[in-house]
Amino acid sequence: MTFLQLKDLKIHFPTDDGLVKSVDGLSFDLERGKTLGIVGESGSGKSVTSLGILGLHKGGRAKISGEVWLDGEELVSASPEHVRSLRGKKMSMIFQDPLSAMHPYYTVGDQIIEAYRIHNKVSKKVAKKHAIDMLGRVGIPQPDRRVDSYPHEFSGGMRQRAMIAMSLSCDPELLIADEPTTALDVTVQAQILDLMRDLQRDFNAALIIITHDLGVVAELSDDILVMYGGKCIEYGAADDIFERPEHPYTWGLLGSMPRLDREVTERLLPIKGTPPSLINVPSGCAFHPRCAFEPRNGGKGRTLVPDLVETEGGHLVRCHLSREERRDIWATEIKPKLES
Amino acid sequence: MVTYIIRRLIGALAMLFIVSAVTFSIFFVVPRLAGVTADDIANRYVGRAATAETVVAVAEKLGLHDPVVVQYGRWVKGIFVGADYDYGSGVEFCPAPCFGYSFVTKQPVWPDLMDRLPVTLSLAAGASIIWLIVGVSVGVLSALRRGSIFDRGAMIIALAGVSLPPFFTGLVALSILSYGLGITAPGGAYVPLSEDPVQWAYSLILPWLTLAFLNAAAYARLTRAGMLDTMGEDYIRTARAKGLKERVVIGKHGLRAALTPIVTIFGLDVGILIGGAILTENAFSLQGLGKYATTAIAAQDLPKIMGFTMLAAFFIVVANLIVDLLYAVVDPRVRLS
Repeated sequence: MTFLQLKDLKIHFPTDDGLVKSVDGLSFDLERGKTLGIVGESGSGKSVTSLGILGLHKGGRAKISGEVWLDGEELVSASPEHVRSLRGKKMSMIFQDPLSAMHPYYTVGDQIIEAYRIHNKVSKKVAKKHAIDMLGRVGIPQPDRRVDSYPHEFSGGMRQRAMIAMSLSCDPELLIADEPTTALDVTVQAQILDLMRDLQRDFNAALIIITHDLGVVAELSDDILVMYGGKCIEYGAADDIFERPEHPYTWGLLGSMPRLDREVTERLLPIKGTPPSLINVPSGCAFHPRCAFEPRNGGKGRTLVPDLVETEGGHLVRCHLSREERRDIWATEIKPKLES
Repeated sequence: MVTYIIRRLIGALAMLFIVSAVTFSIFFVVPRLAGVTADDIANRYVGRAATAETVVAVAEKLGLHDPVVVQYGRWVKGIFVGADYDYGSGVEFCPAPCFGYSFVTKQPVWPDLMDRLPVTLSLAAGASIIWLIVGVSVGVLSALRRGSIFDRGAMIIALAGVSLPPFFTGLVALSILSYGLGITAPGGAYVPLSEDPVQWAYSLILPWLTLAFLNAAAYARLTRAGMLDTMGEDYIRTARAKGLKERVVIGKHGLRAALTPIVTIFGLDVGILIGGAILTENAFSLQGLGKYATTAIAAQDLPKIMGFTMLAAFFIVVANLIVDLLYAVVDPRVRLS
């Protein structure tokens, strides 16, 4: 049985200006011990997806449909109270900005103790010992002293470590990290990514990493899901996505990545235009207004939404171009530019 | 933390000193600039029937011809150690804290102020508790049910509360509840707490509600805005992601942060109120500090006005000090800076 399975998950928000389709039919599987990287621009629906899995849209204005199966339980139709009891214990989350994500008025220790004691009936003393253990485990020096510090007394990297300690305090089986390194210095980013890789191995948790940074997912992910306009547009093993990407948007993401091993004279290949408005999603393929190859499929992209189809061995692509065309374009037009 | 407290204490003392200097200047120096002479002031003490010689003699005895700084020094000294006053009918010692004698009643100012203080304290204590509880509860509920009928209704009533002055709401409440239905005490009926606690509360319930209505409305709006802000914070999302019950998310994580500015304003409001709830006391004919001040101002009774001003300033400065210290307790980030 698959550990985490999303089936056609839709999360829509009714607003005064119209229906915002933040997540529009997303499906994927994830096993224990594996890492999935969800990649996309701001507004592509990645964070909404993660909050949706945790059930944090329940009771709000969001209209949610589809299925989220976690270890044999369906969560979309489950009661909010039941999903709450799973949050923090079975599944937990690491947020982007650890300064704003931690309560400024409580000590780091208190916040970890609180997270631990919601799901474990233990005394404060035992919980505090556990908090100190966790802080030590994520590499915070002198954890027995730092446990009584406030978040503002920590550096950015230390705060993110503390946040990770908090998320892991109840041994979650599913860990979602939403842009875990975006707010950090580059040198600290690498440390945090290393830490997450080590901890995932120790805890054997399923890990979802949400980011706009392909470099981060390259470090950690087994599989990669590329989101655009609330939909999955390419999905596959990390090697496939990096070696044989087939969607024009993924090519764009790869082209936008600064690389140290490339000649400095070479310009980046940014994607033209801006991410689509989720209220007025472009007709047909949501990417067509920005797609350089849109004319080659005879204008189909303007009216028809392409299906997500398998091209080879679990590698899925949502594009009107035929498999041969895509491979040809990648091999002759895109890859040489990226490698030059 | 200790240096923080010491710094605040020094600041508070400096503030009181400045207030005393400004008060003294306004009441003694500015009138001189406008042409009021020392003899005119002395005249206020001895009354209209006095001869010109008596007035000059009294002015001399009271030291009204001395340089301003000397007079200010004497006034401040009187507050700390007491002072001798001579109105031409022999020397009288005015014990500390001495704010001089009333022009009108010839009585020392300080004991009068202390007589009035319990009334204002009673009014402030009851009203502030009511408005804090009601205002914060309504604000929290409104924020959590934003856009609901409760929220809209509460905010319309709050708008009315903020806009309607107590001399209007107080009089309407008096005429309906007290003189019309007879369920509350009439205006001016104050019974000291030490005599009869039940009668004390009964005599004050209407002024409490009137004053509380005004402030509860403001607090409801403030709390609502603060809660809406706070509940959108990232750390609230974190609290939910931990699996906390919504009750705890709101009560522990949300309210704690939203209440910080409320605590600040509450301290200041209570401080100001103890210095006299002028409108409410007048509407209900309560003989508190506010009423004392309006009477003194109407009679141009300078020593009374100055005494009242210093006392009110004292309460506001003390309230500020308490708020500053409380702030450090509530928000750990303040302790370091």
